[in-house]
Amino acid sequence: MIANSTFAFLALVVSESESGGGGLLSVNGGLAFWTSLTFILLLILLTRFAWKPILSALKQREDAIKDSLEQAEKAKDEAKQILAQNQNSLSKAEDESKKIIEQSRLFAQNLKDQMIKDSKEEAKKLIEEAAAEIDRKKNAAFDELKNQIAEISVQAAEKILKENLDAEKNRKIVDKYINEISKN
Amino acid sequence: MIDSTSTQIIVDSLKTTKAASGSDWILHHVMDGNYLDFSPFFKLYLPHFELFGLDLSITRHVIFMWLGSLLLFIVMTRVAKAYKSSMVPKGFTNFWEIFIVFVRDEIAKPTIGKGFEKFLPYLLTAFFFILFGNFLGLVPFSATFTSNIAVTAVMAIFSFIVTQYGGMRSNGAFGYFKGLIPHGVPILLLPIMIVVEFLGLLTKPFALAIRLFANMTAGHIVVYALISLIFVMQNVAWAGLAIPMALFIYSLEILVALLQAYIFTILSGLFIGMAVHQEH
Repeated sequence: MIANSTFAFLALVVSESESGGGGLLSVNGGLAFWTSLTFILLLILLTRFAWKPILSALKQREDAIKDSLEQAEKAKDEAKQILAQNQNSLSKAEDESKKIIEQSRLFAQNLKDQMIKDSKEEAKKLIEEAAAEIDRKKNAAFDELKNQIAEISVQAAEKILKENLDAEKNRKIVDKYINEISKN
Repeated sequence: MIDSTSTQIIVDSLKTTKAASGSDWILHHVMDGNYLDFSPFFKLYLPHFELFGLDLSITRHVIFMWLGSLLLFIVMTRVAKAYKSSMVPKGFTNFWEIFIVFVRDEIAKPTIGKGFEKFLPYLLTAFFFILFGNFLGLVPFSATFTSNIAVTAVMAIFSFIVTQYGGMRSNGAFGYFKGLIPHGVPILLLPIMIVVEFLGLLTKPFALAIRLFANMTAGHIVVYALISLIFVMQNVAWAGLAIPMALFIYSLEILVALLQAYIFTILSGLFIGMAVHQEH
């Protein structure tokens, strides 16, 4: 199809050129020369002054974009890692503090128990000592009382004997002494 | 498909207009000449110049080729300069960067693959040279130098040279020519295969040249043929039909101008890629 129409076209154009002189399909050597020269010059000049700087600038920009994207990705990863670390250490610290609190509570409990026990014992001991002291004092007081009673009795007897008394009087005297004693 | 259609269009249009009007003024508009055509105002004749028996006259197409090249050089150096001040492209630079990146990422990289950077300057230059030529041809009073077979042939020959250079560079001269013949071909068939493959090498640039030439010529011829409808029918009322249709073809030409630059470049890239990476 293509070959057919191209051939028909060529035939027509060639016939044109034969009749008109310098047809559509006749290659003009001068134009070909100028085209070659222009194109080669353009290729060299554009490569030197346009394509190289443009392409390197494009590449530089693309690299910069790629780099910054990669860096951002890296930074994101790092931040994630740091966050995880932080969370990890935070939970660790929380555990640690819980443990410390637990320990100190236990310690305080123990101390309290110990102190209560100690103070109870102390109190008991004090009470016992006090009781013993009271007993002792009581005994001493009794002894003294006994001695005094004995002495007073002796003195009373002495007075009775000295004053030679009747029964009535004696009785009063004795009562009086006893009263004195009880007052004391 | 497009090629066959466009050549058919050229053939038909030329036949009809010639038969009807009895003149080949359309061909004179499309072809090269020794004057700048500002008709109906004036024609600017260019000097004749010969060297060593070769006609080296500066013709209309040479003038517009230089104009296009100059424009291309100014544009691209400005783009290159813009990158020096800022890595972030703006407006003008951004617009041209789209094309440059397109040629690099959509044409050179997929067609050539590994080592495409070496061929990038050639492909870029070819793409923009053809692009500027095609678009310059759409400006009134100008001429389309890419619709001249001499120009497209030279471009195709450059593609051919670059292809052969790339193939020999990466495979060695002997290895490259050996790689052209498929593996496992019987020795008896070898003489035929060598001829076939050699012809295959030559048809590629030939097709490149004809394709660009035909496509760039066809649209212009159709536009002229539609305009000539007014004169052939000798009734100005035909302008109501001819002008909108010509405008439509002209719009299509804008698309074709871009497309043909792309096709020429991507096919060159494909041929280079096939020559560089022969293992398939």
